[in-house]
Amino acid sequence: MQTVARRHLLGLDGVSDEDILLLLDSAGSMKEVSARDVKKVPTLRGKTIINLFLEDSTRTRLSFEIAAKRLSADSINLSSRGSSLSKGETLADTARNLAAMAPDAIVIRHASPGAARLLADIIDCPIINAGDGAHEHPTQALLDLLTIREHKHEIDGLNVVIVGDILHSRVARSNIFGLLTLGAKVRVCGPPTLLPAEFAELGCELHYDLASAVKGADVVMMLRIQRERQGHNYFPTLDEYAHFFCLTEEILAEAASDVIILHPGPMNRGIEVASEVADGPYSVMMNQVANGVAMRMAVLYQLIVPGAGGIRGSEVTDRQVEPVVASGGRA
Amino acid sequence: MSDRTRHAKPILIRGGRVLDPASDVDEPKDVLIEKGVIAALAKPGSLDADGADVIEAKKYYVTPGFIDMHVHLREPGYEYKETVATGCMSAVVGGVTSVACMANTNPVNDNAAVTQYIIEKAALAGLANVFPIGAVSVGLKGEQLSEFGEMAEAGIVAVSDDGRPIMDCNLMRRALEYARMFDFPVIAHEEDLALCEGGVMNEGITSMRLGLRGIPAPSESVMVARDIELARYTRGRLHVAHLSTAESVEMVRRGKADGIDVTAEATPHHFTLDETAVDDYNTNAKMYPPLRSRRDVEAVREGLADGTIDTIATDHAPHHRDEKGVQFDEAAKGIVGMETVLPLTLELVRQNVLTMRRMIESLTIAPARNLGLDRGTLAVGAAADVVIFDPEREWTLDASTLASKSNNTPFDGWRCQGKVTRTIVGGRSVWEDAQ
Repeated sequence: MQTVARRHLLGLDGVSDEDILLLLDSAGSMKEVSARDVKKVPTLRGKTIINLFLEDSTRTRLSFEIAAKRLSADSINLSSRGSSLSKGETLADTARNLAAMAPDAIVIRHASPGAARLLADIIDCPIINAGDGAHEHPTQALLDLLTIREHKHEIDGLNVVIVGDILHSRVARSNIFGLLTLGAKVRVCGPPTLLPAEFAELGCELHYDLASAVKGADVVMMLRIQRERQGHNYFPTLDEYAHFFCLTEEILAEAASDVIILHPGPMNRGIEVASEVADGPYSVMMNQVANGVAMRMAVLYQLIVPGAGGIRGSEVTDRQVEPVVASGGRA
Repeated sequence: MSDRTRHAKPILIRGGRVLDPASDVDEPKDVLIEKGVIAALAKPGSLDADGADVIEAKKYYVTPGFIDMHVHLREPGYEYKETVATGCMSAVVGGVTSVACMANTNPVNDNAAVTQYIIEKAALAGLANVFPIGAVSVGLKGEQLSEFGEMAEAGIVAVSDDGRPIMDCNLMRRALEYARMFDFPVIAHEEDLALCEGGVMNEGITSMRLGLRGIPAPSESVMVARDIELARYTRGRLHVAHLSTAESVEMVRRGKADGIDVTAEATPHHFTLDETAVDDYNTNAKMYPPLRSRRDVEAVREGLADGTIDTIATDHAPHHRDEKGVQFDEAAKGIVGMETVLPLTLELVRQNVLTMRRMIESLTIAPARNLGLDRGTLAVGAAADVVIFDPEREWTLDASTLASKSNNTPFDGWRCQGKVTRTIVGGRSVWEDAQ
């Protein structure tokens, strides 16, 4: 099998603990930049970053943009509205055209799982996945890990609960992969319709009851519930969902006394999180947002600067179908 | 019989191992072909060449040509993917001498004119025999029965809305009943669309990992159960296409044990690959029904071994590379199959899943019976559709060299063992391996 020496961040599935820790450490030093009076270093001067956001995003897009600016990179934003994609150009062709302009990295957000991987397969430039459908959102998970580490010092051995629409959540997937790699115990919680049994095979503990899931937890991560799921009978009504899965102070009493609450945003107050909890002392949501910039600075730096280390686990290899039959396999 | 066939020079195939399950022959024999039919089978060396073209087949198998009862030839309407001529070339390269082609062309083969058009195109190509399958419903819309009788007179051998399930239970009932008048099967593509809910691969650990929408296994088995019950009630002939789940295989097994007129096929990809082939969002591993779990693959193999799944068919589904070079959830579904059917199926023999006899049966006489074709045997007097293959030869599949107009296969780059060396259709040699 031939390994293509190109560096991407497509997901946390398969990325080693070493590489994750390297990125977290690197983000630690990036945080210092944001605390300065002049929030800018010349690290990526002369580098071009394209933010290809083909699905709505506020937080992530802004976060990447600020991260690039603080590193002195030139970043260009592209959305589907007003681009050739709205004229019927394929994603692959758009990517080839962008690549021809020699960017140093492309950040992509897209509704299709595997969209970032598709770009990595066809163009010669680091690709950063900023969310591809229900697949992964690795920089979100990294900033969550950074936030958890800042509060708990060590991720290994922590009890982390992820609550909500696990089935459709790229944030949940990336966090599950990252947390398990770093040695946390992961419980996932939600109604069975949004919590497929396969997540047990991935190494998670399944809970349908929020109080039992939260019992003794060090970290509780609430996911956004999308209102449109109601129409597809994943649950009867948002009211009933909130009745069983809204994180209230009462339920939180079951958790460890120093529990922290994360939410990737945007949050539905009163549906997945009670306002008292969201605004309460355990909430670290604003730390997450602040850490997002540092984390993305670290990712951009590691992928763009030669010799910075890179992310070995997410290197793209040649397409390969593993044969079931004995004599199959690539020549 | 065409003029071409009648005037073809006699062919003598010498020294090959003749395997013809239909007439219970499995031993070295010489085969003489004259005037488009099998003229004689005899002890090696006992037939006089006498002006015939001689083919030395020592160490090779000589069997009835394969009959692929599930092929998409794409013409009319999608000639950029495949034409009747390129599809027939792909067939004979793979050892397939008869092709039954599905109705989801544009216009749909839901009337005698389209049926005739396909048959004429096939005659012009002059390679494989082509037997069109008519649509169950007008425009494949699942509403109104198409004219089975008019199409039967024009030459269809079965009806199917393949590519789409028949969601209307009562339409399926009527189709099974009405088709009895013509004694052909209704071929069912079994997927409950509500359960599929926009899924693009098997629902399981791989879909969870990749964040792709899953197609649950019961989307197939609930439809198989429904149609077996309808076949039981109507006494119609049901053929279940491309079985992919363990539960569906078991339902067909029980249906057959109950004496219901149900037959079934499996594709090489469903008995070779499991869902993990999708792992890197490989769009050439996208098809409906999807590649399933390892357990399902094993069940399909067992079904083939015990005859529950009587037939191997490829569901040859050519697509242009532009339709595969997109995001997984937007990619076209299906793969080409006729040029890889032999090595993939031989692998089951090498793994002792199937006997060679059972393998050849599932590729010849079983589909012939399902479609009521007077083919699939080397009995004296039968149409001389013959394939000669070397079961040992190793080669590497290069998708860019396929005879099909499309190259959408997940087996690109695979080491294959077993190669067709000669294909004879109606007594004419239509393809010969260059090596």
